[in-house]
Amino acid sequence: MIDDAISISCTCEETYDSNTQFIKLDEILAEYKYKDGGLIPVLQIAQGLFGYLPDEVLRHIAKNMDKPYSEVAGVVSFYSFFSTQPRGKYVIKVCLGTACYVRGGKQVLDAIKKELAVDVGETTTDKLFSLEVARCFGACGLAPAIMINDDVHQRVKPTRIKQILSSYYKFEEEGLDHA
Amino acid sequence: MINITIDGKPYSVEEETSVLEACKDAGIKIPTLCYLEKVQAIGACRVCLVEIEGVHDLVASCVMPVSEEMKIHTNNRRVREARKVVVELLLSEHDGDCQICDRNEDCELQSIAHDLGIRELRYQGAKAPRRYDESTAGLVRNSTKCISCRRCVTVCTEMQSVSALFPQSRGFKTIIGPAFGKELNTVTCVQCGQCAAVCPVGAISERDQTAEVWAALDDPNKTVVVQTAPAIRAALGECFGMEPGTLVTGKMTTALRRMEFDAVFDTNFSADLTIMEEGTELLTRLKKALVDGEQVALPIFTSCSPGWIQFVEYYYPDMLDNLSTCKSPQQMMGAMVKTYYAQKLGKKPEDMFMVSVMPCTAKKFEAARAEMNSSGVQDVDVVLTTRELGKMISEAGIDFQALEDSEMDAPLGLGSGAADIFANTGGVMEAALRTAYEIITGREIPFDNLHVTPVVGMEGIKEAEITIEGTLPEWSFLEGVTAKVAVAHTLGNARALVEKIRAGEAVYHFVEVMTCPGGCIGGGGQPRITTDKIRKARMKAIYAEDEGKALRKSHANPQIIKAYEDFLGEPLSHRSHELLHTKYFEKERV
Repeated sequence: MIDDAISISCTCEETYDSNTQFIKLDEILAEYKYKDGGLIPVLQIAQGLFGYLPDEVLRHIAKNMDKPYSEVAGVVSFYSFFSTQPRGKYVIKVCLGTACYVRGGKQVLDAIKKELAVDVGETTTDKLFSLEVARCFGACGLAPAIMINDDVHQRVKPTRIKQILSSYYKFEEEGLDHA
Repeated sequence: MINITIDGKPYSVEEETSVLEACKDAGIKIPTLCYLEKVQAIGACRVCLVEIEGVHDLVASCVMPVSEEMKIHTNNRRVREARKVVVELLLSEHDGDCQICDRNEDCELQSIAHDLGIRELRYQGAKAPRRYDESTAGLVRNSTKCISCRRCVTVCTEMQSVSALFPQSRGFKTIIGPAFGKELNTVTCVQCGQCAAVCPVGAISERDQTAEVWAALDDPNKTVVVQTAPAIRAALGECFGMEPGTLVTGKMTTALRRMEFDAVFDTNFSADLTIMEEGTELLTRLKKALVDGEQVALPIFTSCSPGWIQFVEYYYPDMLDNLSTCKSPQQMMGAMVKTYYAQKLGKKPEDMFMVSVMPCTAKKFEAARAEMNSSGVQDVDVVLTTRELGKMISEAGIDFQALEDSEMDAPLGLGSGAADIFANTGGVMEAALRTAYEIITGREIPFDNLHVTPVVGMEGIKEAEITIEGTLPEWSFLEGVTAKVAVAHTLGNARALVEKIRAGEAVYHFVEVMTCPGGCIGGGGQPRITTDKIRKARMKAIYAEDEGKALRKSHANPQIIKAYEDFLGEPLSHRSHELLHTKYFEKERV
């Protein structure tokens, strides 16, 4: 279940269909409520469901797991994986683990920042892309690597950024879902 | 027993003793910052490092249990240098404006830096981001002083079960506070100030209101009246280097006169008034239940402790009817000073300025509650903590220890011994029983020296049963009834007790709750740092104050009798309701 949660990619819009998602969340809460260490998997799944972790959802989780809201907030703010802001349709994660960093990950990150005019943690105004930094995907042989939702792009060069992103714009124009 | 060696000398210690405790028992002082006896041992600050033979790294002694044949070194170059570096790194982030800090000369970081011989700041790091939280009436938080020791988190979460504070974010950006760095007034903080009481540095303190009091004292148009809670007299001396548990009632009164307060009154007077009102409320409710067969909310919870009141408003709003409608003694005094006493002086309520000295930070919030203006203006203008009064006395240049004793003023300066013990956990209950039992039976309560011993002491939840026999005719419906009472201190214990009552596992008539450990003597506004040893010393002093008085029952206080005759009428009268009782409100838990 935890592995499932991690692989659920963000499909968020700024608003969410709260009814269905809350019903699903309650099922998850019932399963994890009494499990030690249940908070993190619940947060992961909730983020998968809602695309991010809205305040309302966090309070719901705190109440139902009988945990202080301050503690839930403490866990959410500790891990960079969790986001309390709505994210773009595509979340770009730039690996800055040792191998990727050495092979130019930082320059790749700068190129994306420039291309999308956003900083790390921000979302483009068209809500299409969010930019995040990650520490090692376990794909060091492909360094420098970036992930856009579930797609891993390998041996990325700053000069290739435009081309990579354009394929997402193209899918968007054609009304298709990118893999 | 475990055999260990500390700095070459053999010792034999109990199993499961920590290295820190073993060293302390051996007379070796190891510096600590995050550690707090009986509250927290988490090895977070790394100041208490020691070397253990055979262990590669230095270890935090507060979380290291002793083991057989362990060889500990507390004082070699490696240990001394490591501790120094740890403290230097803390100082590199710390806003070190010691001279103007609230905790100057009362700061654990400052004194450890001194003890470790740190004379230069070798590391110049970035300072923590400045966040100043003045959102509540009682407390002020300053993130630039915080060393992330987490003592406040532990007391707020484990002792008080409020959990307003928790570490947020990570690494250098870690901030100890409410969820997502919000302000205290956005969460269920009850302003008990136990966080401020355990803070080793100047990161959490009471809101400093000394300037407002000086301004009032300077204002020729104001009659400035002060009241002091019973817990102050057993603790104020500590601000001037006196032993914990030294009673300073007389010196404190003299000091307040030197500061030119126009009248020095005793919260003990209004504590006696509370007993009259609350005792009558209890007996009335019992009569309704037992004689008239009415549905009434039982048990009655005491209402003196404003942190507890907010706790019920947030967490148990369905039990608001169980709270006694009596205002706290502080607020009763404010209302009486601005009406009864003002009338005696021929003054208007707005000409009076009421200052309270309380062991409490939540009292600042209580005084500011919108309901607390029965006199037509805010009944209590400013609440000072014990610590703030200590600072004002120092500021005034008064040599406290050298002061002669003096008596408080008439008529609101007279209180009974029953009122003194309001400062201790179990004290309000004992005071109430002294009066209620005597009203019902005409005889003194059948306990040695008037002390209801089952409710005395530091146990978290205490219970007592008293079977009522030989009632006076008008109370005959209570004949043979066994009165069941309970006492809890700290909100964690209060929560446990309330849950038991709600589950129907325990049935009581009357329940006393005090927010702070040990009661008001362990309040959030008392001199720092309050350990169990200090709590016990203050409690002992309070009982001694009670026993030293001829007047030990609230209903026998001649000034109380006179106040009812001349002004209030009788307990629960219309005027009493207007001045001495209040309402509570459900608050949304955020």
